[in-house]
Amino acid sequence: MQRPFFGGVHPAEHKDLTEHKAAEPLSKAPGQVVIPMAMHVGAPCDPVVAEGDGVKVGQLIGQPKGLGAPIHASVSGKVAAVEERPYGGGGKMLSVVIDNDFQDTPCPERKGRGNLAGLSGTEILSIVEKAGITGMGGAGFPTQVKLSGAVGKVDTLILNGAECEPYITADHRLMVERGEAVVEGARLMARAVKAKKTLIAVENNKPDAIENLKALAGEDVQVQVLKVRYPQGAEKQLIQTLTGRQIPPGKLPVDVNCLVCNVATAAAVWEAAAEGKALTRRRVTVTGGALTKPMNVIVPIGTPVSWLIKLAGGFQEEPDRILLGGPMMGTPLYDLDVPVMKSTNCVLCLTRDEVGREDPAQACIRCGKCMEVCPMKLVPLFLRMNAEKRRWEETERLHVMDCIECGSCNYICPGRLPLVQSIRTAKFAVREAAKREEGKGL
Amino acid sequence: MKEYQDLRLTVASSPHVKSPVGTRALMLDVLIALIPALGMGVYFFGPRALALTAVSVLGCELFEGLSRAVLKRPQSGGDLSAAVTGVLLAFVCPVGMPFWTILIGDFFAIVIVKQLFGGLGRNFLNPALAGRAFLALSYAASLTGWVKPGTKHWIEIGQTGADVVSSATPMADLQRGFLPWLGSSAATLRDMFYGNVGGCIGEVSALALLLGGAYLVFRGVIHPRVPLAYLGTVAAVSYLLPRGHEPVEWMLCQLLGGGLLLGAFFMATDYVTSPCTPLGGWFFGIGCGLLTLFLRAYGGSAEGVSYAILLMNLCAPVLEKFTQPRRFGGRTERKKTGKEGGAA
Repeated sequence: MQRPFFGGVHPAEHKDLTEHKAAEPLSKAPGQVVIPMAMHVGAPCDPVVAEGDGVKVGQLIGQPKGLGAPIHASVSGKVAAVEERPYGGGGKMLSVVIDNDFQDTPCPERKGRGNLAGLSGTEILSIVEKAGITGMGGAGFPTQVKLSGAVGKVDTLILNGAECEPYITADHRLMVERGEAVVEGARLMARAVKAKKTLIAVENNKPDAIENLKALAGEDVQVQVLKVRYPQGAEKQLIQTLTGRQIPPGKLPVDVNCLVCNVATAAAVWEAAAEGKALTRRRVTVTGGALTKPMNVIVPIGTPVSWLIKLAGGFQEEPDRILLGGPMMGTPLYDLDVPVMKSTNCVLCLTRDEVGREDPAQACIRCGKCMEVCPMKLVPLFLRMNAEKRRWEETERLHVMDCIECGSCNYICPGRLPLVQSIRTAKFAVREAAKREEGKGL
Repeated sequence: MKEYQDLRLTVASSPHVKSPVGTRALMLDVLIALIPALGMGVYFFGPRALALTAVSVLGCELFEGLSRAVLKRPQSGGDLSAAVTGVLLAFVCPVGMPFWTILIGDFFAIVIVKQLFGGLGRNFLNPALAGRAFLALSYAASLTGWVKPGTKHWIEIGQTGADVVSSATPMADLQRGFLPWLGSSAATLRDMFYGNVGGCIGEVSALALLLGGAYLVFRGVIHPRVPLAYLGTVAAVSYLLPRGHEPVEWMLCQLLGGGLLLGAFFMATDYVTSPCTPLGGWFFGIGCGLLTLFLRAYGGSAEGVSYAILLMNLCAPVLEKFTQPRRFGGRTERKKTGKEGGAA
């Protein structure tokens, strides 16, 4: 039985721009790809190739040290440079730059496993690790680490196909086009963590995806249809909706016996097992009112954003901002040469009209709508009030650290107040204060 | 089209889209919801009701603009909050009130109660009700000069003319313990439902106010919890303590009479001066209901809605403090050092 999560908002979806456009491989591959050595939560990888080396598709080019996932070449060709380049995480990151030879020569070591049914949990984990799979929904946590930590502790594996952010349709197209990869990938992951049941959660604005998955699912894998509401796809909210369990503050899904992975991650797991593919390509929605031809594409990791914009016909209207990700939580870009990463699901070019008029911040009229929509049941208006007065301890007492920064309060605020921005500032200050405390203790 | 490097891109933190409903849109909805009541007021009291309301709106917007200019604050014109105050203040005054008197009320509401405390969102009393309370203290006669409905008035009304029927309102009968149709106002339930009774411009027609209230709830401008708690409390208590009358009749008179519906839907729901926590809203409504009935029975004037809401306005911060929502995934544990609650 589903229970609705707390709060939430319903921004205009705008998915009609791309939802019926099949994801095609790029009509023209980029001449050069830039692959950052950090596309995951954890420490950056060490590059294991040098300038001038020849590389093949799927060849290891970055070796993780500590928490991380290996990184592979997404095109074949020659390493042009190993240097710092701008990337979507902000600032610069050590990257391997590869000149594409347009041959797409596959790496011979990478082979699929014929008998998927015979794979043991440990084998699956090892395949996931070697394929360099990270969470493809946004955060980019190394999947093998996530799965290993959950083995035996999870009764429900949840595949997140909610795709609750407006505009984005990459996962939607994946579920329509590669439903079997998603479902079979889910079965492999469930086996790896010994989960009793698997739920694939899809919002009800994707009827074709639901139909396709339902035909492929069975007793062990069930499709759950969710009402459209943002942030339905947030991990805590998804678990709450499907199981009624609330993750206690500071805890992880495993603590309520759940594990949540993106549908694209599951498909990548299947591709790694069945076809031996490393995670070197992904579906990206290139969209927004500023673009001439919004589209879904399958792109090599490392493709520059500017290349995708060119293939989408360039701009029909001047963009106000260009984002990696959706309009609610996406990161704004100031350099269009940044590459697509493993976790990039969308390149969004918003016009001024789509963003809306920038009202100068008005007054808080204490309408309480921010509290009503907060999925974490926080009190954004009081958090902001205290943050403005630099009363960080008070914000901590009001559980500022629980905020998932979904932006619902900001979206709904009739006074146009920068609530999430105040909360981010407060979170930063609280973290800094905690660090100072720790320093004193030593 | 420009080259990529020539683009001027906005780099701002998320979210990048906003709900189309801003403060102005909310206030506009409130004004729309007040139109039926205004229509009924004009129907029963004549065009002067419209003139008085218009003067009050213009007065409020003018004082808002002037005070912000004097206080060197950016003009907030266009958020329409002053216009709402203007309409509401006119609605809680009798049609015969002199124009200059209502302007004094506007001044008190906007300048003293609202702007001197920091402007929209910072006042701790509902400006319209505070303005009315000020007029009730200073110009009591013009607030009790009730006019018989149905006698159409244009612009001027003699304060002592035959049309002024002081104290013959259903509320006065109720206070003396009579059902209105047996008392001096001779108003039936039907009269009270449609608004054919003596009273303030905007409060007389229960039908119009229910329509307006339903519109606000339907549009999501207000949450129904405050009106439900308020009206529910009045209904329950008056049913249980009917002062010797038939309980249902007594209850309906209490619900339909005076400014209760106007107060419950349009004033107790004022964002700024009611608790923003859901639980606090319930308590706030219950408190308004109890105080209203107490003041109606024992107060110095026949109606108690405005003072009940003003008194509860003063309690709002405390209610808010003790009704903070429980956070996701756990009880709000009390830290050893901290005080409970969160409202600043």
